[in-house]
Amino acid sequence: MSNRIDGMGRLLNRDTPVSFTFNGKTLSGYQGDTLASALLANDQMLMGRSFKYHRARGVVASGAEEPNALVNMGEGARFEPNQRVTTTELFDGLTAKSQNHWPNLNFDVGVINNYVSKFLPAGFYYKTFMFPRFAWKHVFEPIVRHSAGLGKPPTEADTDRYEHFYAFVDVLIVGGGIAGVQAALAAGQSGAKVLLVEQTAHWGGRAVVDGAIIDGKPAEEWLIETLQTLENMDNVTIRTRIMGAGVYDHGYALGYERITDHAPETNAPRHRLWRIRAKQIITATGAIERPLSFAGNDIPGVMLASAVRDYLVNWGIAVGQRTVVVTNNDDGYRTAIALKQAGLEVPAVIDVREQVQSNLAKQARALGIEIREGRAIASVKGGKRVTGVGVSIMQGTGGAQEEIKCDCVAMSGGWSPVVHLWSHCGGKLNWIEEHAHFAPDPKRPPLGDEGQGFVITAGIASGAMETGTVLQNADAAGKSAAKAAGFASKRTRVAKADDVATQVMLPAWILPTNALPELRAKMWLDFQNDVKVSDIQLAAREGYESVEHTKRYTTLGMATDQGKLSNINGLAVLSDALGQEIPQTGTTTFRPPYTPISMGAIAGEARGEIFQPLRQTPIHQWHVGHNAYMEPVGLWHRPYCYPRGEETHQEAVTREVNNTRQKLGLLDASTLGKLIVKGPDAGKFLDMLYTNMMSNLKPGRCRYGLMCSENGFLVDDGVVARIDEDTFLCHTTSGGAERIHGWMEEWLQTEWWDWQVYVANVTEQFAQVAVVGPNARKVLEKLGGMDVSKDALSFMGWADGILGGFDVRVYRISFSGELSYEIAVPASQGRAFWDALHAAGAEFGAMAYGTEALHIMRAEKGFIMIGDETDGTIIPQDLGLNWAISKKKDDFLGKRAQQRSHMASKDRWQLVGLETLDGSVLPDGAYALAEGENANGQRNTQGRVTSTYHSPTLFRGIAMGLVLHGPDRMGEVIEFGNIDGTTISAKIVDPVFYDKEGIKQNV
Amino acid sequence: MLIFECPYCGVKAEETELHAGGEAHLTRHGAGASDDDLKSYLFMRKNPKGVHFERWQHANGCGKWFHAARCTMTLEVFGTYSAQTFEPPAELVKKIKKKRPDWEGWT
Repeated sequence: MSNRIDGMGRLLNRDTPVSFTFNGKTLSGYQGDTLASALLANDQMLMGRSFKYHRARGVVASGAEEPNALVNMGEGARFEPNQRVTTTELFDGLTAKSQNHWPNLNFDVGVINNYVSKFLPAGFYYKTFMFPRFAWKHVFEPIVRHSAGLGKPPTEADTDRYEHFYAFVDVLIVGGGIAGVQAALAAGQSGAKVLLVEQTAHWGGRAVVDGAIIDGKPAEEWLIETLQTLENMDNVTIRTRIMGAGVYDHGYALGYERITDHAPETNAPRHRLWRIRAKQIITATGAIERPLSFAGNDIPGVMLASAVRDYLVNWGIAVGQRTVVVTNNDDGYRTAIALKQAGLEVPAVIDVREQVQSNLAKQARALGIEIREGRAIASVKGGKRVTGVGVSIMQGTGGAQEEIKCDCVAMSGGWSPVVHLWSHCGGKLNWIEEHAHFAPDPKRPPLGDEGQGFVITAGIASGAMETGTVLQNADAAGKSAAKAAGFASKRTRVAKADDVATQVMLPAWILPTNALPELRAKMWLDFQNDVKVSDIQLAAREGYESVEHTKRYTTLGMATDQGKLSNINGLAVLSDALGQEIPQTGTTTFRPPYTPISMGAIAGEARGEIFQPLRQTPIHQWHVGHNAYMEPVGLWHRPYCYPRGEETHQEAVTREVNNTRQKLGLLDASTLGKLIVKGPDAGKFLDMLYTNMMSNLKPGRCRYGLMCSENGFLVDDGVVARIDEDTFLCHTTSGGAERIHGWMEEWLQTEWWDWQVYVANVTEQFAQVAVVGPNARKVLEKLGGMDVSKDALSFMGWADGILGGFDVRVYRISFSGELSYEIAVPASQGRAFWDALHAAGAEFGAMAYGTEALHIMRAEKGFIMIGDETDGTIIPQDLGLNWAISKKKDDFLGKRAQQRSHMASKDRWQLVGLETLDGSVLPDGAYALAEGENANGQRNTQGRVTSTYHSPTLFRGIAMGLVLHGPDRMGEVIEFGNIDGTTISAKIVDPVFYDKEGIKQNV
Repeated sequence: MLIFECPYCGVKAEETELHAGGEAHLTRHGAGASDDDLKSYLFMRKNPKGVHFERWQHANGCGKWFHAARCTMTLEVFGTYSAQTFEPPAELVKKIKKKRPDWEGWT
C-alpha cells in the first residue's frame, strides 16, 4: 500500500524511482526521499526497538533530532550502525536493517524487559552494584553486558576515504533556513568573507514547508532569488550537506560534510571535516519541536506535528489517514490545516488550553476541524501502530476517557531554539516564560581572544518565533557580525513578512495534569533511552537534585540524540518533582558534536601508512631489499631482524647475535639522536642536564651520561662526545632526540637565558653505522685512510678522518660488549658507506643485525634501556648507576628530588640479573611474589621483570628486573608469577651476564 | 583552540601550533632547597578561576617560549610577553586590573 498523495512532495523527483532494501525486503521510493519518508511511503511504520524495554518504535521526527529510527546501514566494509533514517538520503541500492532486536523486528524476545519494567527502574544499573556482592558478577553483569550497546560495531576496515579541509572566513553562518540566508545576505553585502552551511540537502528550513509569505511572494520564490544573489557574490560561499558540528575556543568551528552518503559510488571522499576559523559565527540553527508527555506517546504513529507536516509537504506522504492533533500552542494547527487541505481526515485537535481563539484556530474551525479545548490525551491505543486515543479533561487524572479512532497522532509541545552551538563554548541562556524555552542571552556570548563576543544567533535560534521578526533579527545578526569582523555594513533593505498573531502557549509537561501513576509510567520523555516521567520522579525522590546527576542516573538525554527532544520536558518534570522553577534546575551541558559525526571524518587522511609521519634512515631501502622485519621506534621504522628463507624471527635474531659476537655485525644506528650543544657555557649547561660531570670531559673523548627530570626520574641516556672546548655532541635515545632537544631549549630559554649556549638537532644530518665484533678493526683497516688501532683510538675515544674515501667521525663506543666502532658519515653518503662496509667486510663475515639482536647483546652485558628498565618512576640509583651521579657538582636537574625521603629509601626495588632455574625465559613484566595478600586480596609483590630474552650466547633465558633489596640478595631464589597462576623460580644474579671484566670491548 | 599572538615572531598562532607549558613565573628550587620550597616548586600549582599566567611555546612556529595572561573562565587573553623575565610587564598588570577590578594580582 502506498501512502503517497498525488501532486504533493516538493522535494520528490517522481520521474526517478529508487530501489532499496529494508531488512532484506526490496522497496521503492523516489529521488529526493529520505530513508524515513521512503519507509513511511511503503507503510513501514515500525522501524526499530527501544534500547531498554525493546518497545516497538517508529519514526517520531523528520530531522536530526530523531531518537528512534536508527538503523544499520550498508554491509561489510561499508557497514555503519545507528544511522538516523531521517537524515539518510535515499539512493539506489541502499541497504538498511533495523537494530536492537532478536530474532527480528516484528517479534523481539527482548521485549520481555517491557513487561518486567517495574523491576528495571531508574538507576537499575547502579542498583545492581549494591548487593548482594556475588549477584553482580554472576547475575547482573552477564545480563547487562549482553543487552548493553546500541547497534553493533563494524567488523571490517572502512573502505571509504575521508578528508580534512581548512577554511578561514570573516563570518560563518550555520543553518540554511530563511534566517541563515538573510543573515548571509546582510553580512555578504558588507564585503565580509562569508561561509553559509546547511546540514540537509535543501535550503529554506521550515518557512518553505509552512508556506510563509516573504515580500509578498511564497518563501520558496524569495529563497531561490536570494540564493541566486548569494551565488553571484564572490565573497560568499554557500554549501549544503554541511552540519555545524561544534563551536570551540576563539572562533574555531567544525563542519561535517557528507559528500557521498547519498551517492556512494561517486569517486570522492565520503565525509569531509571542515576545520573553520571564523572571526564571527552566526548560529541560525532553528528550533526543534517538543513532544508532549502522555501515556503511550511512544507507540508508532505518534509523531511530532511538524514532522507529520514535513512528510506531507516535502515528500507527499500521508503518515495516517486519520490524524488526531494534540497541542499546547498554535503551531500544531498548521499541521491540522495542512492535512485537512490535503484531503486527509483530522477528527480532532486536542488543545490543552481552555479557550482558543487565535487566527490559526479560526482557520481550522472554518475547515470543519473540531477543536477540543481544555482536553488532553490520556492514553494511546495500539501496540505496533496507533489505533486510537483516549481523551480526558486536561485538569484531571485521566479517568473517564472518550475514545477517538485514528492511525496517527501529531503532537506539538512548543518549540525550543537549537542553542547547542551557542552553548558549546560558554554562551549563556535565559528562560523565556512566554514560550517555555531557553533562548540565548545576547549579553552573555562566548568570548574570543580579545574578550569580544564571537557568536550571534539569528532567527528562531534567537527566540524570534514568527517570520517577520525572524528576518529582521537575522538581518541585524548579519550586519553585527560583519561589523564585528571589521566590515562596515551597508544600509540594505530587509525582506518583509507579516507575523501571524498567535495565542500564548500553555506549558503542559504532563497530560493530563494529575495523571495517575500507571499513566505516568507509560509517558516517555526520552524515547531513545526509555526514560519515562516516573523515572525522573523516582530519581528526584531518591535525592537526585542536580540535573547533571539525574541525567546520568536515569540516562535522560544521553546517547546519539543527546536529549534534543527530551531535554526541556525532562527538566520540567524534574523541576516539578523538586518543587522549583525550571531556570533554577538549569540545563545539562551542551557538548559538541551537535549530532554524531563519523570516526572516519575525525581521522581524515590520517590512517594506514600516513597515520603519523614516518621516518626512514638513508639506509632504509637496503633493509627493505633484505627482507627486514621493521618495527616502529618513535616515528622511525627500524629493522627488527633480517629473516632469511624460511627462518623464524627468533632464528634470524640468534644468527645475527652469534655472527656479531663471533665475526662482524653491522647495525644501522642512524636513528640515534644527535644534538650539538655549543657555546662558552656549554659545559656548565651540560653539567646541569646530566647527572654526571661533562665539563671536565677532554676533547676527543666520550662519556656515557644520564638525564633526569626535576622529579629525579631518568628520562634519557646516551654518550656525549666533546668535539672542542665549546662544542659537545650529545647522543640521545632513538625516540628521544626531539624531546631532549626541546628540553634543552626550554631550560635555555626560560631559566638560564643568560647562558651562552645554543643547541642544534643534527640527527638527520648524519647516517651512523655500528661496526661490531672481533673483526671490526679488520674491516676498517681494509677500507683504510685513518689509524683505528687501540693506541690511536682507544675505548671511549673518537676521531675525525677518512675511511675508504668517506669523511667519517669514528666513536669507539660499545653497546654490545664487543670491539665496536660507531661511524658517522654525512646522511647523503650513508647508503654508499653501508654498501662499502658490506663489500669490504664480506671476507670477515659481515652481516647486518637488527634491533632485537642489539637488545639481546645489551642485556647480556647488563646495559639498561630507557623505556625497559625505566618507566618514568625510576631513578638512576634504582639501577645501580650511582657511579654516573656526580658527587662533586653543586647541582643538576633532579639532584634535590633524589634526596626526598622516598627516593633515598633503601626499600626501593633495585636492579639485578635474573636466571631461571630451568633455563626458560621469564615472562616480560612478571612480578616477583612475596608472602601474603594486600587489602584487596591480591598477592603481595617484591619486584618485577624489566627485560627478558633468550640469550643465544649463554643458551638460556636471561633477565633483568627490579627486586626489593635485590643487590643484597645475590644467589637467592625467588618466585615469579605466570598469568595462568603457576610460578617460575629464578635466582638473583649480577646483571652483567657476559664478559664481566669488559675485556672484549677494550682490545 | 585558543589563539595567542607570539611576542617573538608576531604570528597570531592557534593552539595546534602551540605547546602548553603550565604555570608561569615559577621559581626553581634546586640543590639545598628546603622541603617546603621543593614541594612548592615541583607540585603546588595555582588553579584560579579567572586570571592565570601561563607558559606557552610556539612549538610549530618560531620555537620560542613565551608567557600569556589569560582568563580561565572566559578564555580572554590579556596579553603575551617574553618568557625571559621574572614578572609580568607592569602595563599588562595595569590592563588586567582595569578589566578585572577584583583581581588580587599575579603573585
